[in-house]
Amino acid sequence: MENKYLSGMKLGQLATIKSVNQHSTDDSIARRLRNLGFVEGEEVRLISYGPLGQDPLLVQIGFTRFALRSSEAHRVEIH
Amino acid sequence: MTTLRVALVGNPNSGKTALFNLLTGSRQKVANYPGVTVEKKSGVFRVDQDKKWEILDLPGAYSFDTDSLDELITKDVCLGNVAGEKEPDFIVCVVDATNLRLHLRFALEVRSLGIPMVVALNMSDAARARGIKIDVASLSDKLGVKVIETVAVRKNGADGLIAEMKQNLPNVGAITTDSVDYHAEVREIISDCVVMPSRTSRTDDVLDSIFLHPVAGLLILALTMFLMFQAVFSWAAPFMDMIDFGIGSLGSAVELTLPEGPLRDLIVEGLIGGVGSVVIFLPQILLLFLFILVLEESGYLPRAAFLLDRFMVGAGLSGRSFIPLLSSFACAIPGIIATRTIQDPKDRITTILVAPLMTCSARLPVYALLIAAFIPDQTVLGLFNLQGITLFALYAAGIVSALIVSFVMKRVRRGLHTQSLLLELPSYRLPSARDVLIGLWERGRLFIARVGTIILSITVVLWVLSTYPTPPEGWVGVPIDYSIAGRIGHSIEWIFQPLGFNWQICVALIPGLAAREVAVSALGTVYAISAAVEDPTAQLLPIISVDWSFATGMSLLVWYIFAPQCLATLAVIKKETQSWKIVLIATTYLFGLAYLASLLVYQIFS
Repeated sequence: MENKYLSGMKLGQLATIKSVNQHSTDDSIARRLRNLGFVEGEEVRLISYGPLGQDPLLVQIGFTRFALRSSEAHRVEIH
Repeated sequence: MTTLRVALVGNPNSGKTALFNLLTGSRQKVANYPGVTVEKKSGVFRVDQDKKWEILDLPGAYSFDTDSLDELITKDVCLGNVAGEKEPDFIVCVVDATNLRLHLRFALEVRSLGIPMVVALNMSDAARARGIKIDVASLSDKLGVKVIETVAVRKNGADGLIAEMKQNLPNVGAITTDSVDYHAEVREIISDCVVMPSRTSRTDDVLDSIFLHPVAGLLILALTMFLMFQAVFSWAAPFMDMIDFGIGSLGSAVELTLPEGPLRDLIVEGLIGGVGSVVIFLPQILLLFLFILVLEESGYLPRAAFLLDRFMVGAGLSGRSFIPLLSSFACAIPGIIATRTIQDPKDRITTILVAPLMTCSARLPVYALLIAAFIPDQTVLGLFNLQGITLFALYAAGIVSALIVSFVMKRVRRGLHTQSLLLELPSYRLPSARDVLIGLWERGRLFIARVGTIILSITVVLWVLSTYPTPPEGWVGVPIDYSIAGRIGHSIEWIFQPLGFNWQICVALIPGLAAREVAVSALGTVYAISAAVEDPTAQLLPIISVDWSFATGMSLLVWYIFAPQCLATLAVIKKETQSWKIVLIATTYLFGLAYLASLLVYQIFS
């Protein structure tokens, strides 16, 4: 089965995080994502897109809303 | 008197600064940590006759496992690793009761530092209103540190916290833990101590669906910006007139009191005139700050950054650059100070470097003079006024060149390395008047402190340069011609000859370095218009429209789009970046662009 990412979610979709993948050996963005609560088992919902080119994404995780660029969201793998 | 150091630590948007304002009121000090541009805020809470607490408002942080300068400073201050900063005796970790999953995680990190602490469960009223039930006693148990409910925006909202601190300071134990998986621990704590019916706030859902709508959202943003500009330029006008009048009266009063001589000239023309030419922008700047503060406090600002991010990224900036650049239309100085909200240091530097390209209001008197002198007041295409179109083109040229410069800078500096956004959009909040006023006072004070000292010294130096040496008896030209500034102007004439600048312009450019609009009065001086004249523009108009060619007029107009004819801006860049290199880059590229553009324009039109 193909891998699915936060960046490929549909508007309003709810998903569970599988992992946050590093795009380089010391990927500070991936580390930041984990520190902000993007960890395995957490539920995320795609709330909205920016007005141009579906970027950035607005996602809700727990009680918090974060704006992520799609390059950032592509690090978050979902089930 | 014994003084304990109490550090407020917490996530951004936890209400930490509101709590700080509540505890310290107006007894606050703002400075920088040594060597970095991170703001150091401290204040005093007087406990009783012989006891007080020094309260530190440390920069908001999500995590200590970080590259962010703000967060590293917070960690280093807590651990006593910052030179000249004693480590705090006690930490108040502020968490937002409506956002526990994120904030408790950081509280666990703070706890692991092993410093005595309590947790302030802030916005407990909002949590209750949303139906979030928190068992405070068992939360305290689980965390191993005391948890106290606070409502920082309410007058007595921190009484419980103060009572607890009075009772137990400094004898609160620190606990040591060996927990590593903070997320798992938070999940466990929340499932044990917190009951919440709905995960999201309905208000936020509704407001976000409006404010972040691709069409309506952008429209609202444009409207907000329009209103802001309207306010900055029209509401500020009467106050600016008042200041203008005040400065004029002060000048005349001093003129009447002091005996004639160099001291009087220095005070009236140098000090009062020079400082006045900058202080006059204070009403605009305060109004601008007021708007930005309200937008920030309400939670709208990060939404604006969200809406505009994609547009800004294309040009090598970030959504967060928007507000600093917008502020720069009033004045680049508050704009450059506002770049502190940009976390990525590269984005911040890029924004600082292009901020002076935004058409600030000090350029308007220069533009007004040159447009009136050289652009005919006629209608084109039956609809548009040619002078209006020219002004618009000048604004547009500034914006477009800023976009090009930042795009080029992105290519040069970072290659194709991706920047990060990762921006929290906090819950919408009604801004509290107290926090907005304290913020306004603080930024206004910062502006005066930054600009006041710089401008004061610059104007005095430039005044001396334009006055001395005084011409000998029987000198036929204008006095400034004999001065050092006049001589410098003459000696650089050959450099500016290809741009069509005559010696009068060259001489006026020297005192004009104080602030852009000073060029108008400096030209007045060079053309020997009496200083007592109320409106130098009206007097200058007929002179320059005859004396200068059209090409020269256009060339000078274009010069003012780019040239950093404002030493205060360069000085603020130095203060804010702590780097002479950045100042050098800014100066070189702005003068370089100005020279090339003016050269091109002069050669085309002549």
